[in-house]
Amino acid sequence: MTTPKTDPANGLKARVTGTTRRGALSTLAGGVAAASLPMWARYTHAQTAEPIKIGFQVHRTGIGAAYGRWYDRTTQAAVKLINDGGGINGRMVEIVAEDDGTDPKRGAEVVEKFANQHGCDIGFGTLFSHVVIGSAPRAGELKLPYFVVSEGTHVSSGMLNRYTLQPGITDVRSQVIAMAPFITETLGKKVTMIFPDYGFGYDHRDNLAPAIEAQGGEVIAKIAIPPSETSFTKYFPRIPRDTEVLYHVMVGPAVLTFVKELGEFFGGRGPALFGFIDSLEAVTINSPGLEFLENTYFWEGMCRHQQSDESPHETAYRAAVGVDGRGAALNDGRDVSTYAHMFGCWETLHVIKAGMEAAGYRGPKDRAALIEAVEAMTDMPESLAHPQGDKVFNGKTHQVFGHQNISRVEGGKLVRVHRTSIEDSVYPDAVDYTTRPF
Amino acid sequence: MRAYAIHAGLLAILLALHFTLPAYHHGNLARVMVLASYAMGYNLLFGYTGLLSLGHALFFAAGMYGMGLGIQHLGLSPAPALLLGLASGAVVSGLLAALALRTSGVAFMIVTLMFAQAGYLTVLYFGEVTRGDEGFVIQQAQRVLWGVDLSAEGNRYIAALLLFGTCLMVSLWLVRSAFGRVLVAIRENEDRVRMLGYDVFAHKLAAMMISGGMAALAGAAYGLLFGYVGATFASVQYSIFPLLWVLLGGAGTVLGPFIGTLFMFYLIDLGSDLTTAYMLIAGVALVLLTLFAPQGVMGEVRRRFWRELP
Repeated sequence: MTTPKTDPANGLKARVTGTTRRGALSTLAGGVAAASLPMWARYTHAQTAEPIKIGFQVHRTGIGAAYGRWYDRTTQAAVKLINDGGGINGRMVEIVAEDDGTDPKRGAEVVEKFANQHGCDIGFGTLFSHVVIGSAPRAGELKLPYFVVSEGTHVSSGMLNRYTLQPGITDVRSQVIAMAPFITETLGKKVTMIFPDYGFGYDHRDNLAPAIEAQGGEVIAKIAIPPSETSFTKYFPRIPRDTEVLYHVMVGPAVLTFVKELGEFFGGRGPALFGFIDSLEAVTINSPGLEFLENTYFWEGMCRHQQSDESPHETAYRAAVGVDGRGAALNDGRDVSTYAHMFGCWETLHVIKAGMEAAGYRGPKDRAALIEAVEAMTDMPESLAHPQGDKVFNGKTHQVFGHQNISRVEGGKLVRVHRTSIEDSVYPDAVDYTTRPF
Repeated sequence: MRAYAIHAGLLAILLALHFTLPAYHHGNLARVMVLASYAMGYNLLFGYTGLLSLGHALFFAAGMYGMGLGIQHLGLSPAPALLLGLASGAVVSGLLAALALRTSGVAFMIVTLMFAQAGYLTVLYFGEVTRGDEGFVIQQAQRVLWGVDLSAEGNRYIAALLLFGTCLMVSLWLVRSAFGRVLVAIRENEDRVRMLGYDVFAHKLAAMMISGGMAALAGAAYGLLFGYVGATFASVQYSIFPLLWVLLGGAGTVLGPFIGTLFMFYLIDLGSDLTTAYMLIAGVALVLLTLFAPQGVMGEVRRRFWRELP
């Protein structure tokens, strides 16, 4: 029982508690009733005040480690921004990071760990395609929303499931087809491709040729190089003499040798060179041997080197992640970021925030509502949440579409010479995930 | 009889754990049982016959791809796909045995390693069929075996237990049979076995095919139960893993592969919570075990407590 009483010290009414037998009994009864509730019901209130746990599947070791380090930094920066702004639905965001060793088997185990041990609300952040494809079936079975930042076309191809989405980065297919108009109109119509002889290379091989042909050009040779190759000179004589554009997408440790040998082979008089910056992510463009890249062209998801017309959103993003004007860590100029890709983590986390807020997300029982809320998204305007630029999300294919950048190396700096429209990168739907059951 | 009772007891414990384990460890144990089946196959060749293969990933992958490609390209249902996986492993191991068994010792290790590497590169080379390094998903609808959805947690565990139980009992029966005794004799003194009139080559060939078949069955089951088929499972590390599991658990013991696989799984799982250098922890553990219990966990049990442990 309580009675109002004036506090003589400050004149305000304070409520003073007086214990009675009836009050004590009712309190006790309440306690017993609470104790008899199932475990989940007792902590309903506590749960809503708990942080939202995002399982971050990060490539800390294995071949994806350089990407993983920067995906991690970008993720931490985005979460800090979200939490400083009040979190999601009034709850703080907590990142639960687990190393997957860039291995699909371990990736699937990590997804299980998120769902069953850490009690994460969602999984997020996977880059390498084979890890995504190995992990996604488990995410679907565990009904854990799985937001990947992978570039792979496997999401929109329909291979995966309703719980797997890619709302923060465009896929290789859309990137490749968006490049075709620029290549044929600006660089030349006769294209020779050099690509690694495995999945990543095939995505380029299979998508570029039709796109070039649609623009009136022709892919006159396709040279596949085995992934274990360490010397490339013997492949260069296979490049037809009438090649106008050499399209290269080599990746891995041998890429510096590849570029150097290519430069020595042509001696500065060869066809125009067009490549994907994937080859040189986390590598400084001023590395010895890369002088041959002067005046060549690169695809970039986001421009590593600060452009003269950089948006204030991107400038703020750069500062938040801790990256200087040349795309390297602020405190170590030799630590070059994976700038063309890592914005995907930042944007995906903001999509997750928007989705959870739209769905009124409170806990794992709202996971399906979260998926539906993201599927319902369409336009994503350029903002601090989307510093790379505006985007359009396709809820049916679970894939986002956006602008692509083409940069030219000028005096050791990547200078953007073209930015594609979103329409340049769109292709027909291959799946409608919204028709699949949860 | 006592040996069978002990091993059946392990299966009973694993069945009881199905009802009691928390979800995360339940899932882990299902995985460990399938991988332990792979290790048991390896153990038949390494632990009992004395042939150290560095190419068993070839057999594991042959089973996985035999099953996976059967479902993906031939439209098979899970049962015939599993059989196709098993048959692929038996054929591949038979062919490799015919070539590799002409060598012995270090040469045998190198020949098996090289063939496994060739197998891995073959998977990459035929990327249009195998989807190369990316691999492919076995969809949920394709994983329904005789009306049982193998993607459901409970069904997966029981299926893994059935596979593990079968491999365990077959191994136990085999190593206690006359055939198994000859294998052990080959391991101990090949020349004497030959002098006694046994066909050593035929026994080794059979051991390698049974070992490869068991590895392939585990590979096929792994793909089917966890819904993914990919080239990493054909890479060299998956040849090294069963060797480590068997060494840790105790080569030449029937229970050793399971103990080793379980130990290694949790060593990596718990180690990765502490440091990114978790493989270093695994390496140190292996060094310590080699120093202080060179015959592995179950080998040590046999040496100290139960000399008749199979």
